[in-house]
Amino acid sequence: MKILVCISHVPDTTSKINFTEGDTKFDTNGVQFVINPNDEFGLTRAMWFKEKQGASVDVVNVGGPETEPTLRKALAIGADNAIRVNTVAKDGFQVAQELAKVAQDGSYDLVIAGRESIDYNGGMVPGMLAKLMKANFVNTCVGLEVDGDKATAIREIDGGKETLTTNLPLVIGGQKGLVEESDLKIPNMRGIMMARKKPLNVVEPVGAQEKTSADKFEKPAPKGDVKLIDKDNLDELINLLHNEAKTI
Amino acid sequence: MSVLVYIESENGKFKKASFESASYAKGVADQLGTSVTAVTINSEENESLSTYGVSKVLNVKSDKLSKFNANAYADVISQATKSEDAKIVVLGQTANDKYLAPLVAINLEAGYASNVVALPESTSPFTVKRNAFTNKAFNFTTINSDVKIIGVAKNAYGLKENETSITVEDFNPTLDESDFTIHVESVDKATDKVTIADAEIVVSAGRGLKGPENWEMIENLAETLGAATACSKPVSDMGWRPHSEHVGQTGKPVAANLYIAIGISGAIQHLAGINASKYKVVINNDAEAPFFKAADYGIVGDAFEIVPKLNEKLKEFKANNA
Repeated sequence: MKILVCISHVPDTTSKINFTEGDTKFDTNGVQFVINPNDEFGLTRAMWFKEKQGASVDVVNVGGPETEPTLRKALAIGADNAIRVNTVAKDGFQVAQELAKVAQDGSYDLVIAGRESIDYNGGMVPGMLAKLMKANFVNTCVGLEVDGDKATAIREIDGGKETLTTNLPLVIGGQKGLVEESDLKIPNMRGIMMARKKPLNVVEPVGAQEKTSADKFEKPAPKGDVKLIDKDNLDELINLLHNEAKTI
Repeated sequence: MSVLVYIESENGKFKKASFESASYAKGVADQLGTSVTAVTINSEENESLSTYGVSKVLNVKSDKLSKFNANAYADVISQATKSEDAKIVVLGQTANDKYLAPLVAINLEAGYASNVVALPESTSPFTVKRNAFTNKAFNFTTINSDVKIIGVAKNAYGLKENETSITVEDFNPTLDESDFTIHVESVDKATDKVTIADAEIVVSAGRGLKGPENWEMIENLAETLGAATACSKPVSDMGWRPHSEHVGQTGKPVAANLYIAIGISGAIQHLAGINASKYKVVINNDAEAPFFKAADYGIVGDAFEIVPKLNEKLKEFKANNA
């Protein structure tokens, strides 16, 4: 089985989010970039397929040279090859088309992407990619088994889960649950050394056009001070929730 | 040229989120000087959409579509869009909506903006405000394609009543056999519990509770309030509570009217996940916990003492205000 894992290069979850150039650009100053957490759960599941079922695992990112350390980290975790599509990621539509070319060229059986990136939260690349590849698609995937060309996937739905069966080729929008948090691998020194020698192929884009542009950003209005309520005066809380917040 | 809205139903019935999508579509239609057409699948209460400004319903009745199927449903929406010559397509952001929308976008070669929180800033160019950086910021996105798809964030625009006269028509889409290659084997859904996605109120607890055996008081409080239960990331990582309850940047976002955090310190990732909730209450014995900076109301004290007392008082309040 040939697996392609799509990797977004995103600010670490602890990052403070600021903007620059008149609130038109994300301020990368002092920000540490990581593998998008939803993608990392998928990558770790891909490593399981590699160990247990002899799958090969490639990773891909659409972005500039600044994303290469993130791809190297994926190689250090155990991916075999990395591919960087050498263009600026502009929107989900454009990225999905660039990824579709890579996926078709590599004849992958399974493409694992995160359900969304934690920066733009578009939540559209996995579905668009599947549609472009004419592959089956399962979103918010929290469990995946593959046997030959048959796949069993668990999808998180609002208020529960459903079990789906389908065939490869398959694209999933993955998230936590594909593997547990404790299964995530921190690359060891040997992995890091090996990653330096693994191929990181830079390919030129097909030049797909975006359909949307992210023009401007705004931070939420600062929060007013908390109203502290004495623990022996819970009636006041109920009063506030009823009369001020009108939520009960 | 009407605005098309997809209205999700479950067992024939609409949900609150469906009416929010309809309300939003009406808002956009007013900006553009046009009307709203809804597309529904196996719905039994189409006329109720007139309350939220829908003038026309295209209702699909099909046994083949009795179970949700993303590709087939996406085809229905795409065909309805073409049949109405709609340029704006509105969906919600339920799990199914998020599954569908990117497929519709490819069908229609349309730009898609998800997590939209307000009516368009302008309609030419077509610019919408959306949540980004997992609620740590807003982003203004311009959609440049001919057909534009908007995913409306839950509990952001709200319900707006706008009584309109309505007509309901049958709509017969062409279904492609190749859409039916994913089979639902089983569904595991608690029908007696309020889900985080639907909840108006969410009661959430963290490590401060010391162990999974102490969750009864959280469940009792949630029951009194008709709320969903949730938890912090460490609690789900330690297996005290299921992953499906994990709220935060890598878990579920919560956009409730009221979020009550008990024994949760308020890590930045957790606060991002609940930022879209309207009112936040924190109960924590550490007055320095970061959550107090993000909350509207706070109580410093021992949760084991406060929560059962609060529950009793709320029961009394509910009994007197029923």
